[in-house]
Amino acid sequence: MTDVRDVLIVGSGPAGLTAAIYAARANLSPLVIEGLGAGGQLMLTTEVENFPGFPEGILGPDLMARFREQAVRFGTEFITADAEAVDLREAPFRARVGSTEYAGRSLIISTGASARMLGLESERRLLGHGVSTCATCDGFFFRELPIAVVGGGDSALEEAIFLTKFASSVTIIHRRDEFRASKIMQDRALANPKITVRWNSAVEEMVGDAKVERLILRDTITNEKSELDVAGVFVAIGHTPNTSLFEGQLDLDANGYIVTQPDSTKTSVEGVFAAGDVQDHVFRQAITAAGSGCMAAIEAERWLEAVAHAH
Amino acid sequence: MAEVANVTDAEFDSLISQATGPVLVDFWADWCGPCKQIAPVLDDIAAQYADRLTVAKIDIDANPNVARRYSVMSIPTLVVFVDGDIATRVVGARTKERLLDDLAEYLG
Repeated sequence: MTDVRDVLIVGSGPAGLTAAIYAARANLSPLVIEGLGAGGQLMLTTEVENFPGFPEGILGPDLMARFREQAVRFGTEFITADAEAVDLREAPFRARVGSTEYAGRSLIISTGASARMLGLESERRLLGHGVSTCATCDGFFFRELPIAVVGGGDSALEEAIFLTKFASSVTIIHRRDEFRASKIMQDRALANPKITVRWNSAVEEMVGDAKVERLILRDTITNEKSELDVAGVFVAIGHTPNTSLFEGQLDLDANGYIVTQPDSTKTSVEGVFAAGDVQDHVFRQAITAAGSGCMAAIEAERWLEAVAHAH
Repeated sequence: MAEVANVTDAEFDSLISQATGPVLVDFWADWCGPCKQIAPVLDDIAAQYADRLTVAKIDIDANPNVARRYSVMSIPTLVVFVDGDIATRVVGARTKERLLDDLAEYLG
């Protein structure tokens, strides 16, 4: 017997949990397949300073624990495992976890995005041996050692600043001659005495037998190569949406994001809604994800009402 | 039902030398989000494969020596020891299915 709910939610970052809070309060008894990466990208961050309502700031994992608690308070249920396959051909939409199938008369997808890697063979070989994508996890291992951060967005600069607590020096390696990051993060990073920036530079190779010893950099303008001795390298070059489950079943854009209708979370399949970073490559904030999660729950509720009236 | 034992730097060597089968050691710390994500997976595996595998975890913050000895530079790192030697090493959180694949050789 498949467990059929009014609202099935896949993913449990700010979008999925906000959708759950709204759906639960509307008595739609949502089931959230929260996944192995429960809580989403905020679980890998430290201080969140721009989430309204927390003037002193709040730790990312603490914020997500509060979101979850609020969803539980109104009766949301959780499955702590990854959805491995979905079937969106017709309602109820199905998601398989191991050998168990769950179904929803409506489905909200909020599977978010994952850190992108550079794609170098040496990067894969040295992952866990000096190469990391999680500064909060691994900064500890680089006390008084020189490290590099690759990237130029808010995440890269936030990681660089965080890592100065441990490292002897942090070199930010960025392909262009200016950062994409917000002004406040740029000011903080550039003012930090432990941080230097290698502009117009790309990582060609990570060198080391048992662990990272140095990087080979290429100047993106002159193509000149240079070396940088580091014990660790943190990759923060952006994200890719977690949409492989939905390929061939939903319209995705060229970069793999779920396409939603303007001013809506409706996808190409009626009754299936998408919220958060899985459909947003522009804003990608906890608060915008939460906002679209709210929209998805309201749209799912309206869709369920419309379907009920049609019968 | 076997549980995941918390070991310290001081207890580590005797755990590894006294084990009769493979030992899976989870190097973790309290501040690490992915470590928390993989913890329930390890609880499951410890219970399900209690007759074949010993599962232990070591908090690298309180016990840095063993982590240093095995050059752990990223957490979670999962290391399987067989007869005291490293048999395999897995870095980063993953689903139970994928971890079981990674460990298949030691669960048979």
